[in-house]
Amino acid sequence: MQLARVIGDVVTTRKDENLVGIKLLVVQPLTPDHQPVGRPLVAVDAVGAGVGEEVFFVRGKEASFPFYPAEPPVDAGIVGIVDHWDVE
Amino acid sequence: MQIGQVIGTVVSTQKHRTFEGAKLLLVQPLAMDDTPRGAPLLAVDGVGAGVHEKVLIVLEGRAAGEALGRKAAPVDAAIVGIIDTVTISG
Repeated sequence: MQLARVIGDVVTTRKDENLVGIKLLVVQPLTPDHQPVGRPLVAVDAVGAGVGEEVFFVRGKEASFPFYPAEPPVDAGIVGIVDHWDVE
Repeated sequence: MQIGQVIGTVVSTQKHRTFEGAKLLLVQPLAMDDTPRGAPLLAVDGVGAGVHEKVLIVLEGRAAGEALGRKAAPVDAAIVGIIDTVTISG
């Protein structure tokens, strides 16, 4: 899993039927000191995240697990909104 | 998932049986500002996309197989949505 900030959203009308009703957000992965790292990507939202929030997301088929028994064809999903983190 | 633009179609006669009836498209991955990023790739089409359309692509094997509606399909990329808008505001 990785830290990220939600920076945008994606709207699709025609899509896989298992994606209907699922929110798509653009996330920018972050370093532990809140700096952008790597490329932004699109992730499904399993927790009600919104633009500007810091979140953590999972990559892989596991991103579909929050929607079980539906199996949406996704490879990245937001699974938590971060209140704060600390680095020592 | 990544954003891409369909830039072509691919026709193959001799292929693994799980590809029977599947549409293969050439997709150019895009950065969020719509500039091309990286090499074009082949994706199976699960939604009826066409050339020039902006699409949502999944780059993971099992998820791509899910989009194709077939288990254990030897695929690693699939188009799962046609994009209306991307808004970057954060």
